Amino acid sequence: MRKKKLIAMLLAGGQGSRLSVLTNRMAKPAVPFGGKYRIIDFPLSNCANSDIDTVGVLTQYEPLELNAYIGTGQAWDLDRNTGGVYVLPPYVTGSGSQWYLGTANAIYQNMSFVDGYEPEHILILSGDHIYKMNYAYMFKEHLRHDADATIAVLSVPMEEASRFGIMNTDGSGRITEFEEKPKAPKSNKASMGIYIFKWNVLKKYLCADAENDASQHDFGKNVIPAMLDDGCAMYAYSFSGYWKDVGTVRSLWEANMDLITIPPKLDLYDKEWRIYGKNTAMPPHFVGKNAEIQNSMATEGSRVNGTVRHSVLFSGAVVEEGAVIEDAVIMPNAVIKKNAIIKKAIIGEHASVGEGAIVGCRPRPDEAYDNSLTDDITLVSNNLDVPPNKRVPKGMIADEKALLKLNDREGEQE
Amino acid sequence: MTRDAFGLIYTGESNMQLRELTYSRSIAAVPYGGRYRCIDFVLSSMVNTGITNVGLIAQKNYHSLMDHLGAGKEWDLSRKRDGLFILPPFMTKENTGLYKGTVDAIRSAMGYIRRSAQKYCILTGSHTIYNTTYSDMLAAHIQKGADITIMYNVETSFDPNEQFDDMRLEMDDDGRVTDIEIDPFRPRTNTRSCDAFIIEKTLLEYLIEEAASRASYDFMRDILIKKVNRLKIYGFRYDGFVARLDSVNEYFRHNMALLDPKVRDDLFDPEHPIYTKVKDEVPARYGPCASVKNSVVADGCIINGTVENCVLFRGVRIGENTTVSNSILMQATEVQDECELDYVITDKGVTIKQGRRLSGHSSFPVVLRKGMSV
Repeated sequence: MRKKKLIAMLLAGGQGSRLSVLTNRMAKPAVPFGGKYRIIDFPLSNCANSDIDTVGVLTQYEPLELNAYIGTGQAWDLDRNTGGVYVLPPYVTGSGSQWYLGTANAIYQNMSFVDGYEPEHILILSGDHIYKMNYAYMFKEHLRHDADATIAVLSVPMEEASRFGIMNTDGSGRITEFEEKPKAPKSNKASMGIYIFKWNVLKKYLCADAENDASQHDFGKNVIPAMLDDGCAMYAYSFSGYWKDVGTVRSLWEANMDLITIPPKLDLYDKEWRIYGKNTAMPPHFVGKNAEIQNSMATEGSRVNGTVRHSVLFSGAVVEEGAVIEDAVIMPNAVIKKNAIIKKAIIGEHASVGEGAIVGCRPRPDEAYDNSLTDDITLVSNNLDVPPNKRVPKGMIADEKALLKLNDREGEQE
Repeated sequence: MTRDAFGLIYTGESNMQLRELTYSRSIAAVPYGGRYRCIDFVLSSMVNTGITNVGLIAQKNYHSLMDHLGAGKEWDLSRKRDGLFILPPFMTKENTGLYKGTVDAIRSAMGYIRRSAQKYCILTGSHTIYNTTYSDMLAAHIQKGADITIMYNVETSFDPNEQFDDMRLEMDDDGRVTDIEIDPFRPRTNTRSCDAFIIEKTLLEYLIEEAASRASYDFMRDILIKKVNRLKIYGFRYDGFVARLDSVNEYFRHNMALLDPKVRDDLFDPEHPIYTKVKDEVPARYGPCASVKNSVVADGCIINGTVENCVLFRGVRIGENTTVSNSILMQATEVQDECELDYVITDKGVTIKQGRRLSGHSSFPVVLRKGMSV
């Protein structure tokens, strides 16, 4: 096999439990985003656009959907003669079998895959972030510093810094200290979960980490602190631009809404930095005679006959006549039937909202449910059929179980 | 059974009635329906039939067509065995590189035809749009023991000025073709050929060589018409939506037909998807003042004005306080602020500068050439 200077490993094994019912049947990176994409399209497109032609995708949780989606990698131009995209689930070895115990362990278990390319450096990415980034610039800095590790950081507002892993650096950008979710942050440089390592250095630490039973086998918690302790040359690479962790229902909703602000916070119209995705071979979307659509996004295969305001419609989404949709994310092939009302919600793939139903209405005093994951965003799970004239109160996670408890809408307008 | 057929598409139709739309491209490459090219429909119909071997005879201006088709990946025709073969014209002792007609063109593809291992040939033109599979037609062809089967539909509208290779079939009760007319001044029937034929490969080879040896050049005029009594020619009726891009008016009418949900459901049946070159465009975005009614909108559009009864192709920009109605705007058309367009067809990359007004009529839409700026 031809040697590679830099290859990427994409951590896509996360369950994404904070995305609730959206990740019941699929891994987080396979969750649809932005009308026609899935979350994983962003790191994969970044790789393709940064001239990285070898990407290992580490999967573990519900990998079927993701495997099928990645296929040969053709959509991202990653079907290459040498290299390309590989899906790497855990496997049985002579010495036994093991699930990936943590992010570092996942790479450790695939060391022989990486070694096959004899790379000098390795780029570690995670599959749940939305951003456009040229890894080539980061790699250049990494080489210039002759660093053992380079970590991409983003300046976050100081008051939010305690939610992130924070890098403290000296004047040259060298990392002096790493604090995971510090109570009193000394800087606002948050780790974006994007690392470039010298492969031979990282390998040493991965092996040592695997021996350590006390370790959680995590890059942020174990490997990076261990390297810092040993005085490795570690540098921060400052990234400025849009970056969002879409690990929660709220952040997923917000990131979708960020596409339709004016100007969009995340601009996808850059011809030099296209985001690629698998094509569904659907016709252009149709807007009907009585439709109204503003401040929104719609894509191939969707049909709009109702009113759509400040919403994102995914491919094949249908909004029937008289339906009103506001601040909503309507995922692929979901159907909003006649006169239904949707407010501030995420409607899952293939779900349907029956005629006259309301999603996201004010809760009645007697309606009790857990909204700790959703806040005020209502979530209708994939494949669910909300019956006609039902009401799904604000912040509820509507799945099969919740459906039984749903009340009818009695003359409520809202 | 359908595996036992190969496709042969002739893209050399020269129709001057499409005016500006075919200045720099063949009819096969004319954009249609927001994100497609004419050729996508026949090609996808073949692929959805299960055909994996397609030859495409290119004649003039085929650069844009080759650009669109590439290696045939999007149609799943980039294969080790068979796949998509683009057959451009070439010069030999007996061939000047410019075909005198369909017979001549098919004859120059004889090498490809001979190498094709399949028994049947599905021969089509490229300016007719429909979405079907040829399975039933092939079954009928075999069941009738036909020499040639011609797909036709029943077309009631007729305008002698819009005719372009308008082939009418007269059939007996069994469906056998008894007479054929081309571009008749007063058609005796309303059964019109859809420009798709099934014929056994060996018979095709024989008929082409025979016609060529008698200095005949046209498949329809010199083979079908002359041999209508000697060959068993059958018609196969197709009842779905058929659009023939015969002229600018027909082009306009058939694009507008897509605003009818019945036509869209027929032409874009999810069971038989229409494949096309993927551009990785972003979803379309609607601004705060957008008002869009009864329109087909492709990805990559950014709309801030009013749009009614339109087909917008990929990457169209509509400025603020602009009204566009009854128009077809092709890829990357930019209509700036405060414009008014009515019955306009813009080709790719046209720019309409701020405050311009253009208005045509349903019987005579204004056509703006590729890359023009108004």
